[in-house]
Amino acid sequence: MKQLTAATRARYFRRQLVDRIMGGLCIAAAGLGLVLLGMILWMLFSNGIAGFSLAVFTESMAQPGAGGGLANAIVGSLIQVGLGAMIGAPIGMMVGVYLSEVGKESKFAQVVRFVNDILLSAPSVLIGLFVYQIAVEPLGGFSGLAGALALAIIAMPIVARTTEDILRLVPQAYRDGAVALGSRENEVVRKVVLPAAFGGILTGVLLAVARIAGETAPLLFTSLGNTNWSTDLTQPMASLPIAIYRYAGSPYQEWVNLAWTGAMLITVGVLVLNILSRFSHAAVAGKQGG
Amino acid sequence: MLAAMTPTPETAKPAIAPMQAPRVTAAASAPVTSPTRIKIDHINAFYGQKQALFDVNLEVPDNAVTAFIGASGCGKSTLLRCLNRMNDTIPGARVEGQIRMDGTDINSAEIDPVQVRTRIGMVFQKPNPFPMSIYDNIAYGPRAHKLVSNKAEMDELVEKSLRRAALWDEVKDRLGKSGLGLSGGQQQRLVIARALAVSPAVILMDEPCSALDPVATAHIEALIDELRKHTCIVIVTHSMAQAARVSQITAFFHMGKLIEAGNTDQIFMAPKLDQTQDYITGRFG
Repeated sequence: MKQLTAATRARYFRRQLVDRIMGGLCIAAAGLGLVLLGMILWMLFSNGIAGFSLAVFTESMAQPGAGGGLANAIVGSLIQVGLGAMIGAPIGMMVGVYLSEVGKESKFAQVVRFVNDILLSAPSVLIGLFVYQIAVEPLGGFSGLAGALALAIIAMPIVARTTEDILRLVPQAYRDGAVALGSRENEVVRKVVLPAAFGGILTGVLLAVARIAGETAPLLFTSLGNTNWSTDLTQPMASLPIAIYRYAGSPYQEWVNLAWTGAMLITVGVLVLNILSRFSHAAVAGKQGG
Repeated sequence: MLAAMTPTPETAKPAIAPMQAPRVTAAASAPVTSPTRIKIDHINAFYGQKQALFDVNLEVPDNAVTAFIGASGCGKSTLLRCLNRMNDTIPGARVEGQIRMDGTDINSAEIDPVQVRTRIGMVFQKPNPFPMSIYDNIAYGPRAHKLVSNKAEMDELVEKSLRRAALWDEVKDRLGKSGLGLSGGQQQRLVIARALAVSPAVILMDEPCSALDPVATAHIEALIDELRKHTCIVIVTHSMAQAARVSQITAFFHMGKLIEAGNTDQIFMAPKLDQTQDYITGRFG
């Protein structure tokens, strides 16, 4: 190899040094994030396991010293999150389809996109107050339905945003191909664009579900919480985040332990949803990609 | 008037004798004698304020390959996209003038662009199979236009289309597999088969080989030569050699104007204008 001049070598070593420092900083940042996450999970599981027993799933919340579990809160959460997702996700998907495929850069679409972004970043307690105004007061009381509605309003903009983002990733060539075969706009969207984006949209929905599963503030003013077993949507309904909120601040050790267990259950649930969304994405991509 | 635009099954097509011209070489192509399929009449096209085509007049014959050549931005792709009203999908695009296909003005108010596109297939620069199985790719058009009534007919149509696109033997054992798993050349033949499945009278090809290797290109060119026996084909190409090999008519565009059009061998051997001569010999400034 040709002898490098001193200046070239100095420049070379300087670039190598900067490269290594930058790489090291990136690794350190990633490591810090992982360590924090690990600490949170460790704390959660080590504390959560203390209150964990079969009774958590079989018994409703009870007086301090009377045992009890979280069964009503678990079922309440499943109902409200499930119903919230069933209301919020389809509307969100339709908004996303409108923004990406129909409205595009039109004035109205830009307004919708802007409002959606505001809704996306609105404090969730505000959503709770809003639903209190439109659904709790007029209907004469706290209810599981109002809770589901609040969660739906939180899920909707998330799904709308991810749907639009995913649809924009669908190559224009697919749309051109379908149009050139004599498809109408709605056929292009239904038969080519949506199937191509299905995995990504499903991921978005699952992530929205994961997000609303942990929401506390919007439920405080809507479904309120309930210490008894109730699946009546017109009555106050228990939920895991509210149970955690009430138990964690209580002076009774067994309630505090149950709060940890509840937090652990939500975390495991969200983790399972995340894993599912990865699988669903990979499965659909695999089927389409041959 | 509308009846002329509805798709007819392959069997119902009038049997037009294929042209007896040999495999096209620059030296020995017979003049095209088949009737005019598309008449382009005083076409001006605009993208917003920018005019892309200036007063283009051209007759595109049936059962022949017409090549549009010219430098990038000369308007040849714009004209191609006028022929199946694909420019309608571009915001701000506007077309003036008349394009008559079999006597029908495809831009007239009573004509639905969807009907035009059903009669005029299109193949794009980059192969664009849908992310679905090979079978479903072919079945897409026939399903959308309800051309068949049962599974057996669909199976038959899928096989026939793939055979016409010279792809059947390579994919017959994997019809249920994704079309995206095929090679680039196979994908391009797949989308040609997809277009053929709705029995178009015209097939537009926008640089169909520019993303393919020479072997795949040869496959497609042989296929084009075969298809023109029953179809009117218009191809946009950057390759002069390709225009010379596959086309019977060549139209040379420059800066949005049609400079010269005629039989391919005449354009390549004895162009009337110096500008054409300069372009085809590479002395283009």
